[in-house]
Amino acid sequence: MPDNSLINIFLDGVFIENFILIQFLGLCPFLGVTKETRSALGMSAAVIFVMTMASAVTFVVASYLLGPMNLDFLELIAFIVVIASLVQLVEYIIRKHLPPLYKSLGIYLPLIASNCAVLGLVLLNRMEDFSFVEGIVFGIAAGIGFGIVMVLMSAVRERTGLVRIPSSIKGVPYAFFAATMLSMAFVNYFEVIPI
Amino acid sequence: MANKTYWSEFLRGVTKDNPVFALLLGLCPALAVTTSMENGIGMAAASMFVLMCANLIISSLKNHIPPTIRVPIFILVIATFVSIIGMVMEAYSPALHSALGVFVPLIVVNCMIIGRAEAYASKNPVSFSAVDALGIGTGFLLVLATIGSIRELFGTGEIVLFGFQLIQIPIDSSSFMIMPPGAFFTIAILMALVNYRRDKMLERGG
Repeated sequence: MPDNSLINIFLDGVFIENFILIQFLGLCPFLGVTKETRSALGMSAAVIFVMTMASAVTFVVASYLLGPMNLDFLELIAFIVVIASLVQLVEYIIRKHLPPLYKSLGIYLPLIASNCAVLGLVLLNRMEDFSFVEGIVFGIAAGIGFGIVMVLMSAVRERTGLVRIPSSIKGVPYAFFAATMLSMAFVNYFEVIPI
Repeated sequence: MANKTYWSEFLRGVTKDNPVFALLLGLCPALAVTTSMENGIGMAAASMFVLMCANLIISSLKNHIPPTIRVPIFILVIATFVSIIGMVMEAYSPALHSALGVFVPLIVVNCMIIGRAEAYASKNPVSFSAVDALGIGTGFLLVLATIGSIRELFGTGEIVLFGFQLIQIPIDSSSFMIMPPGAFFTIAILMALVNYRRDKMLERGG
C-alpha cells in the first residue's frame, strides 16, 4: 500500500486484510468460541488487548534489543515468549475480575498464546516495517477486525442454532459454510478481488 | 501395548486422527496457503519436517523434561526447527518461501505440532513417535494437496505441479475458488463428506 497514513493502516487492518476471513489467522477461536455472543465478545476484548500490547512490546524488543546485538534470527523465539507472558497477564486479570467469562472461555484463553493471529500480527508488523505507532494502530485494527467477525459469526450461529440440518453438516462444516458467506461479503464489499 | 504396530500407528495418523478433519488442528495453514497444489505440498512438507524433528527430540528427552515447564520447552524446540526450515527454504526455494509468506514462521503455533508433542511424543518411545509424526504428517499432506488441487483446478482450470501441467479442464474458471471464500467453501464440503462417510460407517458397524 503506497499511502501509509494511519487511517489507511487502520481500515486495512479491520476490513481489507481482515485476519479471520481474508488471511485465515485465528481460526481456532473463530470456530471454538463463537457459539454464544457473550464469550465471543470477551475473547475479542482479550485479543484486542494482547494484540495492541504485543505490537508495542515486540517493536521495542526487536529494534532496541535484538537489532543492535545482531540477534535477528532469534526474533521468532523472542516474540513467542513476549506473547506468552502477555497472555498470562490477561488470564490473571480476567480470572480475578470476570470469573464467569473466565469459565466460558475455557481452554481458548491460554490458547491465545499459540493463536496464530497474534504471532501473525507481530510478524506482519515486521514484514511491513511498521514504525512504533503504525504497528500499534495496525494491532488495534486487526483486533477490532477480529472482534467484528467473531461477533458476526456468533450472531449467525445463535440465530440459526435451532435450524434442522443434516447431521453430517452439523457443527464445524456448518460453521465453515457460514464463514464462506461472511467471507464473500467481506471480499466483495471491500473490493479486494484483483480483477 | 500388544496391538500397537508401526503400520497401525501410521494409518491412525492418516485416517482416524487426521489432523485437519478429525482433530481440527492446523486449520489456518490448511486454508491460507492452499491456493495451489504446489503451495499446499510445500507447506505440508515443511510442517512434516518440523513435526518429525520435534517429535524425535521431545520423545528422546521426555524423561529429562520437568513436567511443570514442558510447554515452553516444546515451543522452544519447535521454534528452533521452524527457524531452520525457514532459512533452508529461503535459500533453496525462494519462490515457495515468498508464496507461503508469514505462514512459514507461523508453523511454530500450528497446534498440530505442539498437540502431538504433548499428546504423543512425551509419552511414547522414540520409534513410535517417529511413526506418529510420519502418519500425522502424511495425513496433513494429503489434506493440503486435496484442498490445493481442488481450488487450483476450479480456480484456474488446470493444475501445474513443479512446472508440469498435470490436468486441464475446459471450464470457465472463477477466481472465487482462489479467493478466501473458496477455501472456506472447499473445506466445508470436504468436511461434510468425511462426516457423512463416518456416519454411514458407524451405522453399518453398530
